[in-house]
Amino acid sequence: MTATLIWILVALLAIGVYLSWTAGRLDRLHVRMDAARAALDAQLLRRASVAQELATSGVLDPAASIVLYEAAHAARQAEEEQREVAESELSQALRAVFAEPAQVEALREAPGGEDAAHELAEAVRRVPMARRFHNDAVGAARRLREHRKVRWFRLAGHAPFPLAFEMDDEPPAALVERVA
Amino acid sequence: MRIGIVCPYSWDVPGGVQFHIRDLAEYFIRLGHEVSVLAPADDDTPLPPYVVSAGRAVPVPYNGSVARLNFGFLSAARVRRWLHDGAFDVVHIHEPTSPSLGLLTCWAAQGPIVATFHTSNPRSRAMIAAYSILQAALEKISARIAVSEYARRTLVEHLGGDAVVIPNGVDVDFFAGAEPKPEWQGETIGFIGRIDEPRKGLPVLMKALPKIMAARPTARLLVAGRGDEEAAVEHLPAELRSRVEFLGMISDEDKARLLRSVDVYVAPNTGGESFGIILVEAMSAGAPVLASDLDAFVQVLDQGRAGEIFANEDADALADAAVRLLADPERRAALREHGSAHVRRFDWSTVGADILSVYETVTDGTTAVAADERSTGLRARFGLARD
Repeated sequence: MTATLIWILVALLAIGVYLSWTAGRLDRLHVRMDAARAALDAQLLRRASVAQELATSGVLDPAASIVLYEAAHAARQAEEEQREVAESELSQALRAVFAEPAQVEALREAPGGEDAAHELAEAVRRVPMARRFHNDAVGAARRLREHRKVRWFRLAGHAPFPLAFEMDDEPPAALVERVA
Repeated sequence: MRIGIVCPYSWDVPGGVQFHIRDLAEYFIRLGHEVSVLAPADDDTPLPPYVVSAGRAVPVPYNGSVARLNFGFLSAARVRRWLHDGAFDVVHIHEPTSPSLGLLTCWAAQGPIVATFHTSNPRSRAMIAAYSILQAALEKISARIAVSEYARRTLVEHLGGDAVVIPNGVDVDFFAGAEPKPEWQGETIGFIGRIDEPRKGLPVLMKALPKIMAARPTARLLVAGRGDEEAAVEHLPAELRSRVEFLGMISDEDKARLLRSVDVYVAPNTGGESFGIILVEAMSAGAPVLASDLDAFVQVLDQGRAGEIFANEDADALADAAVRLLADPERRAALREHGSAHVRRFDWSTVGADILSVYETVTDGTTAVAADERSTGLRARFGLARD
């Protein structure tokens, strides 16, 4: 009788430790996801700022400047629900403006243009990176949260269900000559 | 930036991953970053100042061959101490799925962790059995890097999640600036790799050789790499053996000079390649490349625009392509030109900057790496861990 009781206690304790470990794991994933989201925000904002700077610098022709300014402004001001669309449109605007290698060359030749081109190239390269890291974290968190043990014992608490950030982040080919 | 790099394989044994880490560490040090590399090494091996030894690796049978791995209590303690002493902004783990230092570091660290997946081996049985443990450790990785699109695909299929593709780096100018050696010139075919490792493909080349040498009477083959030279030419007709020259193990300088000298570089590898750094080195040195059509090779060769491709393990196809290439100086010149332009994206200046971008992306808005006290020990579980 006592032996059975002890065994039940041991089993309960083991389950408790396991659940606590899983909760720790989930917590760590949420922390990682928040950090990845903050990094993605920073990169998106940086890209929009560089684009806006370029649009107002007078290096580009007036039509390109307006297109780029419009898209960059919309991306910076977008509400959370419209963010993915606005950022995708900025990607498309950047691709349209820098479709020709000659345009990139013209930018590089302008005074201070070398730095601006470098900054923009960095920014459009880092956005897809940050987004991939963010969505990777989201995927890992979702996989764990969909597991029975997490749902039954409500280990995720009140944390909102993680959502991936989906957008068109293809950089202008003339600006970044790299392998995919 | 304080960068900690974890190398899973013995520092004393030469290998692709070790060279990659060495070049990466030296590139960052030149840029003024503080770098520490944790690697298994024998106590008496001389190490560069930035390498910290994690003790001797133990040879264990693993995944079909004998691997030299680090694990167990002592190694885990050394990893922990290294993390604690280093106070790194970011830790970069190579090959985190091998049961060695990489996995131990994943287990013991918290904070921004970057991992590079070099091999694209399908999941082993052991990995399936240990899947949940592995998953809990791999979940801590904030950013994953795959060395090729092929490696990324395998990673996505076997472990889930996603990765960015950043290729391995090569010091392009080192190869481009090497001095050709006259005795290695004049209708020569080059091969570099272990002679007795069938996956490097020397047997395929040996099978194709009679046909090539019949069509090109002055052609010679230069082989660099260690292994049994007698056994390699065993199936070759005796009169052709004098036209095969074995150079043994060669230094990096000689490797660059060899690649600068040859008329065609042949990579007949039959499998097990996830990147193909040697092709990039050959192209950097301006050698026209003829390679088997492995996924990774086709990608490095820009879908066949930067080098010729033949059907894997098909000696006849190899012979035909080699003869065609040797007879066509214009095609060789075109390949040289395209290759030299194509390899710029594999230069350390590009690759290093990309890896640094990854570091900066994951460190934005987070704290530095620390030893993870939460996941280890029951003491932590009950709130008894030291601060």
